[in-house]
Amino acid sequence: MKVLVPVKRVVDYNVKIRVKADNTGVDLANVKMSMNPFDEISVEEAIRLKEAGKATEVVVVSIGPAQAAETIRTALAMGADRGILIKTDEEVQPLAVAKLLKGVVDEEQPGLVIVGKQAIDDDSNQTGQMLSALLGWGQATFASKVVIGDGSAEVTREVDGGLETLSLKLPAIVTSDLRLNEPRYASLPNIMKAKKKPLAEKAPADYGVDIAPRLKTLKVEEPPKRSAGIKVPDVATLVEKLKTEAGVL
Amino acid sequence: MTEMPVFDPLLREVPSPYYTPAHREFRATIRRWVDEHVAPFVEQWDEAGTFPRELYGKAAEIGLIGMGFPEEYGGIEGTDLFHMIVATEELARAGSGGLIASLMSHSIGAPPIAALGSDELKARVLPGILSGEKISALAITEPSGGSDVANLRTTARLDGDHYVVDGEKVFITSGIRADYVTTAVRTGGKGFGGISLLLIETDRPGITRTPLKKMGWWMSDTAAIHFDGVRVPAANLVGPENAGFLGIVRNFNGERIGLAAGANAFARVALEEAIDWARQRQTFGKRLADHQVIRHKIVDMAQRIQATQCMLENLAWRVEQGDAPIAEICMLKNQATLTMEFCAREAMQILGGAGYMRGVKTERIYREVRVNAIGGGSEEIMRDLAARQLGL
Ligand SMILES: Cc1cc2nc3c(=O)[nH]c(=O)nc-3n(C[C@H](O)[C@H](O)[C@H](O)COP(=O)(O)OP(=O)(O)OC[C@H]3O[C@@H](n4cnc5c(N)ncnc54)[C@H](O)[C@@H]3O)c2cc1C
Repeated sequence: MKVLVPVKRVVDYNVKIRVKADNTGVDLANVKMSMNPFDEISVEEAIRLKEAGKATEVVVVSIGPAQAAETIRTALAMGADRGILIKTDEEVQPLAVAKLLKGVVDEEQPGLVIVGKQAIDDDSNQTGQMLSALLGWGQATFASKVVIGDGSAEVTREVDGGLETLSLKLPAIVTSDLRLNEPRYASLPNIMKAKKKPLAEKAPADYGVDIAPRLKTLKVEEPPKRSAGIKVPDVATLVEKLKTEAGVL
Repeated sequence: MTEMPVFDPLLREVPSPYYTPAHREFRATIRRWVDEHVAPFVEQWDEAGTFPRELYGKAAEIGLIGMGFPEEYGGIEGTDLFHMIVATEELARAGSGGLIASLMSHSIGAPPIAALGSDELKARVLPGILSGEKISALAITEPSGGSDVANLRTTARLDGDHYVVDGEKVFITSGIRADYVTTAVRTGGKGFGGISLLLIETDRPGITRTPLKKMGWWMSDTAAIHFDGVRVPAANLVGPENAGFLGIVRNFNGERIGLAAGANAFARVALEEAIDWARQRQTFGKRLADHQVIRHKIVDMAQRIQATQCMLENLAWRVEQGDAPIAEICMLKNQATLTMEFCAREAMQILGGAGYMRGVKTERIYREVRVNAIGGGSEEIMRDLAARQLGL
């Protein structure tokens, strides 16, 4: 079984985001970009399936600018087998991503697609679900455990109040949650080897997909600043202030 | 999440002709590895005067130990000085030079073996070193002197198919824990033409090792090693007899670039600690960072670090092109250690009393300044060599 993992290049989670002065977006100048953490988890899961003999090949795909190839190389350094870059400098929204991924799925015929539950830049949480709808495949979102059986998968999800286990027929879409696994390091020997793994370059037009945005961003703003706290001398003052100033008691 | 770290080469990706995506990937890997396996334990290890031996194996797994060595012995080919710079900078972030000195002691002990050793010797010792199972050290310095390498006194006399080694080495990094010591010995006449390199296994009879206590680099073990009639197979000779001086000198450019990378990285760690503090600490009704004197200190530190970094990267690049800019590398080493010295001082001033307390990186860095300015070619020797290279 082939496993397909889409990976997105996003601002590294350690970077403090700054909004551009003209409020049109986020400042990306000289900012470290990395693989979306949920996608790292998906790549890790796919590699573990391969190591366990459940998968035969791990293919990663990224949609984005030329530099997204670096994100693919990271996945290859972790242990994926080959990459596909669908190169575009345009903004690609979740529906267009899902359509492009459908094109890749049609071509590659994977038995399983593991998608991050969301990307940490736009937090859309839509791509996996849309892809499942476009393909007419089953979906299990927010997976915390994936067990591959014979032509089926059992996926555990963390839901309010406990764990829910779904059984799906393959092929299917799984979206990964934080606790699915802990991604491995891309070690130096593997980083060096990844340079030689195949990476195919495509364009959105190759899949006949119109990626023009359907949503318009009106304004991007910083969240309101939290004002500084105060220290109170004793419990009595605290209770007093909670009553009179905060109005919560 | 703190303020944008202005000088963090990982999070702030400025355009550079020197670093490929693979270098940056490697940086991210080591950053994560250091955060997980090193940084939380540095205090404890330094106070204990040692770190777990398992760390060598863990470091080998992510590629720290094998870089630059041949693949057939477990190394990683295709790396360059920039991988080494990246590795050094990231290891330095944990704030302990002693860690780098010992964990990476093979980076001075093993290159002569890889470059000059016989195939048999390489196959015998390199795989163990490069997998992190065995520890490799380099022993040149003697009680009678370290700068004047050409006049070293430890002798190795051929007796059948063995050398018999007599003498003493001092200040040897990893000397206590090392399994293999690449040792400079006198096999011939006076001067540099009588020196050979001999690989000595430390379990041979006649070797006594004494740990030395130091001003800094606490977690790195440093030893005096005494050789008393130690019999070493002639097959352990590294390169031709009496040509050891070349093997020693060959090491120097890479070692000094590494030392410079480390010194400047520690300067940057001190700077970052000082900036963090200056942004939080309030005196006379405003942040330290709002006092002009402190702002200027910070900029002065940053300016020197940037200048050193430019020199470092440019010289590393030249060496990669096959150039041997010896005088410039000597100047680079001094530029870097003087920058470290300046930044350790200024950061300590900004941190005030807090900076003098254990548990602050700057406190440790301050104590590690001098070893950088003395080891691997002292400041005075660097100036002297540069002057001679310049034909003065
Ligand atoms: C913590 C630590 C770890 C070390 N690890 C190792 C190791 O792993 N392996 C190893 O072989 N060595 C190691 N060394 C030794 C180090 O390389 C030497 O200390 C260094 O080379 C200087 O030698 P020395 O201490 O004998 O000083 P000396 O050579 O005696 O010099 C003393 C002083 O005189 C100055 N001086 C000497 N000659 C001249 C001259 N011609 N003109 C002007 N000034 C001069 C020097 O700069 C120095 O300031 C280590 C040292 C330290 C402190």
